Amino acid sequence: MKLVKLIEYLRNHLKAVVRICLVLLALLVLFDAIPALVDKKDASTHIEALPGFWALFGFVGCALLIIVSKWLGHAGVMQREDYYDE
Amino acid sequence: MSNFWIHPALILILGALLLPLVPKQLKRAYLLLIPVLVFLRVLTLTKGTFGVVTILGWHLTFGRVDQLSLIFGYIMSLMCILSTLYGLHVKEDVQHIAAWIYVSGSIGAIFAGDYITLFIFLEAMAFSSVFLIWFRRRRESLPAGYRYLLVHTTGGLILLAGMIIHHQQVGNWDFVQLNVHHPTAAVYLIMIGFMVNAAVPPLHAWLPDAYGEATFNGSVFLCAFTTKTAVYSLCRSLAGMQILLILGVIMALYGVVYAVLENDCRRLLGYHIISQVGYMVAGVGLGTQMAINGACAHAFAHILYKGLLFMGTGAVLYKTGESKFTGLGGLWKKMPWTFVFTLVGGLSISAFPFFSGFVSKSMVVDAGFASHKLWAGYLLLLAASGTFLHTGLKVPYFIWFGKNQRKPEVWNRAGEPPWNMNLAMAAMAFLCIFIGCYTPYLYHMLPYPQVAQQFHPYTAYHITQTLLILLFTGVGFFVLLKKLKPEPTISLDFDWFYRMGGRAFRWLARKPVQLTDTFVGELYRYVGLIPLMFTARFAGLVDNDVIDALVDGLAGGIRNIGRRLRSAQRGQMQQNLAFAFGAAAVLIVAFILYSTR
Repeated sequence: MKLVKLIEYLRNHLKAVVRICLVLLALLVLFDAIPALVDKKDASTHIEALPGFWALFGFVGCALLIIVSKWLGHAGVMQREDYYDE
Repeated sequence: MSNFWIHPALILILGALLLPLVPKQLKRAYLLLIPVLVFLRVLTLTKGTFGVVTILGWHLTFGRVDQLSLIFGYIMSLMCILSTLYGLHVKEDVQHIAAWIYVSGSIGAIFAGDYITLFIFLEAMAFSSVFLIWFRRRRESLPAGYRYLLVHTTGGLILLAGMIIHHQQVGNWDFVQLNVHHPTAAVYLIMIGFMVNAAVPPLHAWLPDAYGEATFNGSVFLCAFTTKTAVYSLCRSLAGMQILLILGVIMALYGVVYAVLENDCRRLLGYHIISQVGYMVAGVGLGTQMAINGACAHAFAHILYKGLLFMGTGAVLYKTGESKFTGLGGLWKKMPWTFVFTLVGGLSISAFPFFSGFVSKSMVVDAGFASHKLWAGYLLLLAASGTFLHTGLKVPYFIWFGKNQRKPEVWNRAGEPPWNMNLAMAAMAFLCIFIGCYTPYLYHMLPYPQVAQQFHPYTAYHITQTLLILLFTGVGFFVLLKKLKPEPTISLDFDWFYRMGGRAFRWLARKPVQLTDTFVGELYRYVGLIPLMFTARFAGLVDNDVIDALVDGLAGGIRNIGRRLRSAQRGQMQQNLAFAFGAAAVLIVAFILYSTR
């Protein structure tokens, strides 16, 4: 099974994979910030055109969703699995 | 125009009814042949109005074929082929029959030109799809199915009420665009009826409840047809209804929030249907040509990637018997291809460039920005981040990687599913990528193709924007991974009201109603039964002494007359008859003579 071997290889070199991903992310932010490469005339507001805006949006949005949802869950939405049993 | 016209749904219904008669050796071929025939029939449909039937003075239209109904008819019949392929090895005929009648209900509703036809097909959908839940045959399946049926029946009744009031106001049943600028009560009722089917909060709780409980392949059918038929109905009748934009955005976020809390992978996907249908409902609420295009494109793409996701998780459930994250983990070694296919579904729903969601979701979001509804655009983008967080990351991570909390039997049972399931998943994965890469395929089918051709999703800004949002969501996921650890809980939702409401009703039936019943019973005994007994005794006396004597006397008299008559008998039948006819003739002659005098 080649697919299993590939996944195994990636898992065995997890640190390197993470590092490569982080470098690629940084490059993407840089790429996005260069006006000659990415034309931001389609941006709906001025803030959107700021470098790294969408990266921040993604990260903060994701964190907010997790924290707010878990807070709601522990405030009473999440219950024991036998909650509806009689 | 009611010439001979074969309705695609008719092929499927007849095919379903004949299925038990097909010999075992031919069953698999037959199971594939019928959906393929339906798909070919949809491909050969020409635009126009067909199948008009007049009943009770109403003109019922079974075949309204136009750009809007065609795109939905196309994807529904295509999905029918792939879902049937996925469950091809299921031995029980009735499961296939239920699924096919369910699909034919959806196809019938899509080509319906009037509310009566639409209503009949929508009800057929509800009553056939419930079997896809019941066939799971768990203890929980039966009540879950009943809850599903009750909610849909209620929704159907609200729609019916709206239809009838609407008919009173306009004098016809035509299923066309309603007046959304000055909505009447009828318009709101019709909208609520469709909202139940589209799972718009607070009328949505049936969806994760039912789709989490259905059979492994039943959910693949369920996830495609009910909500998307509702989206079609909304596009058809309520485009531009302002409130739907707000509800759609709420939906998109609501599903995401609940998906964080969910421990069952198929219920999580159910919440993500709500979230994704939110984009479509928001598109309908915006109502511009681009937004309606977006709603339809997203429905098309959604049917494929959500079907693929339910196939992937369904395969895990089929092989291991487990669908909870707390009971799964580390399956990559045993089910690697299922992982890859599910990942393709996850990347498509998350709208990664070159996957189907990217070319459809962005249409709705851009329509929001183009209509200067910035809040809607940003909130929908936030929901997109949440979508990747769960379906792209949480689902694959906690099933195929993650900390292994699974039981040994789950590990032993795990393995790649049968060839037909893999083939169905591969075909779906191919379509998800094909739509993302070759946009004209989808864009030519949209209700406003000229508008769609002016939309270009692959601009540098759009690609970097999407990648940044999604990839930094990924960073957030791994940073907050500990917080996302699945917990063995269930989440309370709006179904609490009817589940607990049902319990309150049963308590009411047991306690106060039963007490009242006993009290009324006692009251009857004293007020009714005792006087009744007295009257009965009196009536008995009268019966014995008066009536019986009378009857006995009468009978005795008749017996005496009979005895005398018998002595007048002369023996032969013919003579008796002749005597009788003679007497009758004399009487008639006497009567005529008497009356003419």
